[in-house]
Formats: sequence, structure tokens, C-alpha cells
Amino acid sequence: MTAKTLERLTDIAPAAVEVHDVHKWYGTHRVLDGIDLTVRPGEVTVILGPSGSGKSTLLRVINHLEKPEIGYVSINGEPVGVKRQGDRLKELSERAILAQRGRIGFVFQNFNLFPHLTVLDNVAAAPVATGRLSRPEARELARELLGRVGLADRTGAYPRQLSGGQQQRVAIARALALRPGVILFDEPTSALDPELVGEVLAVIKDLATSGTTLVIVTHEIGFAREIADRVVFIDGGKIVEQGPPSEILDKPRHERTRDFLSKVL
Amino acid sequence: MSEPPGAAVSLAEAPPTADTPSKPFAAQRVLPLRRPGRWIATAVVLVLVAQFVHGLTTNSFYQWDRFGYWFLRPTILDGLLITLEVAAYSAVLGLLGGILLALARLSKSPVLRAVSWTYVWALRSIPLIVVLLFLYNFSALYKTLSVGVPFGPAFFSFDESKLATDMAVAVIGLSLNEAAYAAEVVRGGILSVDQGQHEAAAALGLPKSYQFTRIVFPQALRSITPNYVNQLIGLIKSTSLVFYVSLLDLFGTAQSMGSTYPGDIVPLLLVSTVWYLILTSVVSVIQFYVERYYARGATRSLPPTPLQKLRTGLRDLRERARREAAV
Repeated sequence: MTAKTLERLTDIAPAAVEVHDVHKWYGTHRVLDGIDLTVRPGEVTVILGPSGSGKSTLLRVINHLEKPEIGYVSINGEPVGVKRQGDRLKELSERAILAQRGRIGFVFQNFNLFPHLTVLDNVAAAPVATGRLSRPEARELARELLGRVGLADRTGAYPRQLSGGQQQRVAIARALALRPGVILFDEPTSALDPELVGEVLAVIKDLATSGTTLVIVTHEIGFAREIADRVVFIDGGKIVEQGPPSEILDKPRHERTRDFLSKVL
Repeated sequence: MSEPPGAAVSLAEAPPTADTPSKPFAAQRVLPLRRPGRWIATAVVLVLVAQFVHGLTTNSFYQWDRFGYWFLRPTILDGLLITLEVAAYSAVLGLLGGILLALARLSKSPVLRAVSWTYVWALRSIPLIVVLLFLYNFSALYKTLSVGVPFGPAFFSFDESKLATDMAVAVIGLSLNEAAYAAEVVRGGILSVDQGQHEAAAALGLPKSYQFTRIVFPQALRSITPNYVNQLIGLIKSTSLVFYVSLLDLFGTAQSMGSTYPGDIVPLLLVSTVWYLILTSVVSVIQFYVERYYARGATRSLPPTPLQKLRTGLRDLRERARREAAV
């Protein structure tokens, strides 16, 4: 591995995420009802909440897979999917939105690896397609990242030949290949067999300690306690309370938080 | 034996009698069930097949010597070439048209969706022979074709009688028809790709064209291939209709030779039948390998090629023979 690639790997500047008064509704159903959230660079934020509370939607609004009806998200002060024009917000072109997404990693609950590409090509595809790296450079980077998630020996395999835990680790390497300033995890271990959860959490923990900004939706309370700088509890499309895990998980102030924790713990 | 007769003895030591086996059960092969019904059915079918083959070879009605005379005649081969040309052009143009129509149908623009739907509706409703005859008479309806603003000035114009050769009429007619069916095949293929794939491609910020050509379409091809080949085989046979727009394809040649040599009609029809069988077989073989190619990653291991099947079959047979010998 050359010094150049190494530099590229470690040169990830953690980004700040700001969610400004985001509202999102499907028909008459309000999924997000005025969310304000600030994530500092390098901070690990865990979002908890009952199902249907809007936590996955919030994550998808952050990288603009879902458009908010009101409000906007900014990464390092730059609005996502929109731009300021005078005192209005104007929708960006699809091309510009795609370019912004390169700075936001996203890891899905169901991995969503590309089944027709090898593990190596899954990871190398995005840097090549977006014109950031040449094919050989991207492959070198992909090998390095796969080594980091413990899959250096499976580069030639196809995703369906891997276990769920291995697939999710490939998905994390794929998200890392664009050197995102922030990585969003949407229930990354919910589709896994219990004995495979640990290997994925270990990779996420490794990222957390390396200073990347992470926003994680999960039901793993123990894991949240271990790595979160901040826990955000959402219910009914609103943030009920937020704070360090020692406060929210051990001394929740709100009845709804206590109720939720008593069910999942 | 030391035990008195009548005492309990273990199976392994028991002498071979009618109700005690000579060997422990675990070491034996289970006797396969006899299936007389299957044997009878097989025998009946074999008799029918033999009769059919006998009739085909001995009935003088087929005139196999005349078949041999016609099969590789240059005039037949010229017709075959026309069939291949029409089929190849129409297959490619039809598929391209189908992809465009499918994309239009899946687009967010209601106008594109409506136009695509209407096209497919109309072309699937009109019989191909009607489309071909319409196009054939087209030059009588429109003397010149021009490209320009509707009701406004024309930028280019073509003299239609020069443009509309018989080959062009045939290819355009078949392509128009083929595109309508291919559109649905392609649309079905695209819809069969998991929504998560679109989301993952979008989340990675892959450019729109890359998302379609490298992520979605290759996965769609897995389900498009068998359906499109089905379409393609139909197309190869539909090329026989171009005879009606005075293009002498394989069938057309056989037909016109048949009217010149009325005694040879049956062998000539057999000649075209066998050629169509050959074309379909070639397409089916290609289909197998194309499908196998696009199965990469979709299944944990690729389906075996016929050669691999033969090899494993022989190996299994050899192993079985060895086991039998050992038992």
C-alpha cells in the first residue's frame, strides 16, 4: 500500500450535521414533526425510539433519500439537496444531490450490496463512477478497506456467498470508500443472526474510536451505552429527550423514554 | 453355538433364514420400489415414437431425396440470409426501442408514460401482417417524409419511394412490433430489481446513467433474457410474414420455388422447417450461456454447462459402479 492511499484513507475530516426544523409527512401522516438536531464533528450519536417513531426517516432525510416538506439538513453548514436563493430554499439538480451524497455514507439494514459485482467491485465502484479515483487506485483502496473490516480474503466472492455479518461489513467498507465526513447506520444489525451481530458492532466501534462522525439508529442498547457520545430518543416524529447515555439510558426524565427502555432492556 | 435352541440370539449371529437377514440391516442397500406403470408408459411412448420416425423415413410423400437436393441450394441459402438479416436488425432495433419505451413508461413525466403506454397498446393490438402491409403502402399515403416543426418549416425531407426498400419496410415493421413487446419484457425486468438496489446506488451518489447501465440493468437482464429470447424466437418465425411485402426470405423462397416446382412443395416446406429448427436451437444455446453469465452472484454457484454435466454424470456412474462392485 502506497503512502498516497494511506493518506487518502486517514484524511477523512469528520463533518458536522445540523437538522433544522425538519417536517416530513406521507399524506396526512406526520412522520417527522419539527426535528432540530446538531451533531458535532466526530461525535457518535445513537437514535433510539419505538418502531414507526420516524428514526429511519430522519436518517434518510439527512442524506436526502427522502425530501423533507419543511426544513433542511446541512453538513458542515452546506444545505443538503437544496441551496439558499435569497430568502428561499431551492431544490438542487439531481446531479448536485448525487455529488453531495458522496460525502455522506449510508449503511442499510438489509446491506443492499450489488449482487452481480464481486465484493471488491462493490467497494471500488463508487470512487470510480464518481471520478474520484482511477480503477487501479480504487481497487487498491477497496483491498485496504476490506482488510480493515476483516475481509481481505473474500475480495473475489460475490455478496450472496457471504454470511450476513460479512455482507454488512462489506457494506461498511463500501460506504467508507468515498471518505464520507459522516456515516449513517440504519439498524445495521437488525437483519443479522444474533451470533453475527458482534462482528459488525466491532467494526462500527472501530470507526467510532477513529473519530468519524456517526449517526446510528439501533436497538442495541448495550452498544449505545458503550460507544455513544449522545443518545437521542424520538417518539411520534419528535425528539423527546437527548443527552449522554448515562443520563438518557440510566436516568430518563420522560415517561415515554422510561416506557420504551423498560420494553427493550 | 453354546446357547440352547430357542434362546434369544442377536441379529448379527443369526443363521440366514427366511425372516432373519444374512447381514445387519444397516449394511444393506434398500431394495428400490418396482414401478410397472412407468415401464408400461415408457413402452407405449417408445412405440409411438418409433412409428413416427418410421413414417417420416419411409413415407414417399416426404421425398427426402428432394429435401437433400433443396436443403443447401443457393436460392434457399439466399432466403435464409434475408431471414437472418431481417431477424437480426429487428431484434436489435426492437430491443433498443423496447428499452426506450420501458424507460419512458417508468419515467416521472405523465406525458412520456402515456405515449409509451399508448404505443404498446396500439402495436400489440394491430396484427403484424397489417402493420407490414400498411408500411408497404405507406409511400402511397405520404410522398415525402420530412423532419421539422409540426405545421411549420421542414428541416430535412426524404423522397419516400427511395427510402422504403422492401428490406427497410420489413425491418421497420417487425421492429415497431417487436419494440412494443420488448418494452413490457424490459419493464418487467427493471421492476424485478429490488428497490434497495436503487436506494443503495442513489445513496452512494452514483451518476444516474451509471446507476442504470451498471447496477439496475445488468440485474434486470437476468429476468429479461429468458423472456426476450422467447420474444426473439417468435420474431424469427414472424419474419416469414415479410413474404407479403415481396421480400424473399427463407419461407418466401420455399413458397415461390414450390409454385415453380409444384411436385416439391412438401420437401421445400421441410427444408424451411429444418432451417427454422436450426435457428431456434442456436438461439437456445446462446440463451443458456447468456443466462449463465447473468446468473453470476444471483446464485451461490453457477448452473453447470452441458459438458460439466456430462463429466459429473460419468463420474457419478463410475463411482456407483465401484460401490456396486464393493457391495
